[in-house]
Amino acid sequence: MTLERWFRRKKPTKGDDDSSPVGLWLKCESCNAQIYRKDLVANLYVCPECQHHYQMPVDARLELLLDEGSFEQWSGHIQATDPLEFVDQEAYADKLKAAQEKHHRKDAIVTGSGLLNGLPVALSVMDFFFLGGSMGSVVGEEIARAVERAADEDRAFIAVTASGGARMQEGALSLMQMAKTTVALERLAEKHLPFISLLTDPTTGGTTASFATLGDIIIAEPKALICFAGPRVIQQTIKQELPEGFQRSEFLLEKGMLDDVLERSKLKDKFAAYIRLLSGKVPQVTLEAEHVATL
Amino acid sequence: MSLPFEKPIDDLEAKITDMRSYAEEQGIDLSEEIGLLERRLEQLKRDTFANITRWQRVQVARIAGRPTGLDYVANVFTDFEELHGDRTLGDDPALVTGLARLGEQTVIVMAQQKGRDTKENILRNFGMMHPSGYRKAMRMFDLADKFRLPIIAMVDTPGAYPGLSAEEQGQAWVISECIQRMSRLKVPAISLVIGEGGSGGALAIAVANRVLILENAIYSVISPESCAAIRWRDSSEAPQAAEALKLTAYDLLDLNVVDRVIDEPLGGAHKEVDATMAIVKSVLLQELGDLLKLDEVSLLEQRRARFRALGRFEEVLEAA
Ligand SMILES: [Zn+2]
Repeated sequence: MTLERWFRRKKPTKGDDDSSPVGLWLKCESCNAQIYRKDLVANLYVCPECQHHYQMPVDARLELLLDEGSFEQWSGHIQATDPLEFVDQEAYADKLKAAQEKHHRKDAIVTGSGLLNGLPVALSVMDFFFLGGSMGSVVGEEIARAVERAADEDRAFIAVTASGGARMQEGALSLMQMAKTTVALERLAEKHLPFISLLTDPTTGGTTASFATLGDIIIAEPKALICFAGPRVIQQTIKQELPEGFQRSEFLLEKGMLDDVLERSKLKDKFAAYIRLLSGKVPQVTLEAEHVATL
Repeated sequence: MSLPFEKPIDDLEAKITDMRSYAEEQGIDLSEEIGLLERRLEQLKRDTFANITRWQRVQVARIAGRPTGLDYVANVFTDFEELHGDRTLGDDPALVTGLARLGEQTVIVMAQQKGRDTKENILRNFGMMHPSGYRKAMRMFDLADKFRLPIIAMVDTPGAYPGLSAEEQGQAWVISECIQRMSRLKVPAISLVIGEGGSGGALAIAVANRVLILENAIYSVISPESCAAIRWRDSSEAPQAAEALKLTAYDLLDLNVVDRVIDEPLGGAHKEVDATMAIVKSVLLQELGDLLKLDEVSLLEQRRARFRALGRFEEVLEAA
């Protein structure tokens, strides 16, 4: 399903390219309540009973954050080449091809421009359902290009992350995407354009340790897992149970790592407020007025 | 200090030693026979290391007795003055930092330090840095910019420490910040992977103008063991994972991840430490000499462009 077709629809509906819960009814994984699928989707993939935030398909995320019909896609003109000819129990090339066919995109990211409450923005949205949202050469390049184009077009940038980390099938090249996305952000910084990072469940590894945590403002959705090393790895290291809520949004807010934890329904208006405030340079007229006042 | 695949070499070396002492004891001349065996040994070493697998390379990169960061600090540099602490959380022994001279030039040197024995390994946390270590590195970057001193960073770590306190103190945040801070250096920066370049923990001090690697060192997004555990669901498949990851020096040169491979003495850096130090010193002097010709803007632009260009993909005509 293409984004263009999606935007012609009025209500978010289940596409065949997302991996959101299937079936008419489902049991909430958090509160065990029986939820009508349509209600969950209409409620922005948030459980109406317990407010548990499910992973959100990319198309729904774009609909959530952008003014209707304003999205223009930038990504999709490049694809991975399997530079290592990586084969484990199956070939990376085959896995990639299957994911491309299933999700109708070239890689685990969509970038583009749009209006957010009328404000010009650009954004990148990672697709966790596409090979775990892992960052390889294509994801890194798409982010870098989008950031640079945002800078050229004077747009604020929003990065929505959902990622298992670096794509190990691209070896050290995927590691290098951490540096690539980081240096690309310099263009945005030089033009004093806001960069808002929205961390969603889960954001881990090399994605967390690069552009995702370099936002001028870093926001997370409730109870999202956000970490460098995953809980299982840490458990293996320390050989004891991890504290309740460890590496979750609320825990990280308490530790000073986030600017806020926000419910999905509040994101758009909050982002608009941040962008307006960050763009609120002291107007010339005020300076003149003050100057007059001091005379 | 020998690996299983080196056994034929060890056996032949033992045989030569035996023959020598026998000749001495008996007062007979076996120089012709010994010479023959020595030539055979040399050939055997060459053949063995010419056909070394990636997994064997990983083992050489990690072998006990391989020179560590502090060995390079002591032997390649002079006038080293260690500087401690990140001024916020503490002092991370997994990263040694300080002032030193490389030839005539004062530099700031930093080295991820693994232990040379069990006791030091524990002290140094096996070279795995905590957030404090990355903060210390950033403090050194500030000092480098302020006093216009080049940065020389030695990379040797299994990765950033995956522990409870490290996560609580924002390991991901401090690594991304360190990558960004290093990319903004106004002075020349050279990183040299001397053993194990483990993931983001290594990259955080390797956003340099020139990234060099020793012939038997490795640099990877994930350790072969962890990769095998995830992709093969069996960490004993690490040799296969090492092959798949293409993590050796010459693999990385092909991928433009590193700029130059420094050849090691036959059998590895640990076989002839003095020779290794001499090679590394001459390469660093030459590389630094070249970078010192660039002005601040060129250095920044070159470093940024270097990392911006990394990755392999192809353009497609139709958008998806
Ligand atoms: Zn619920």
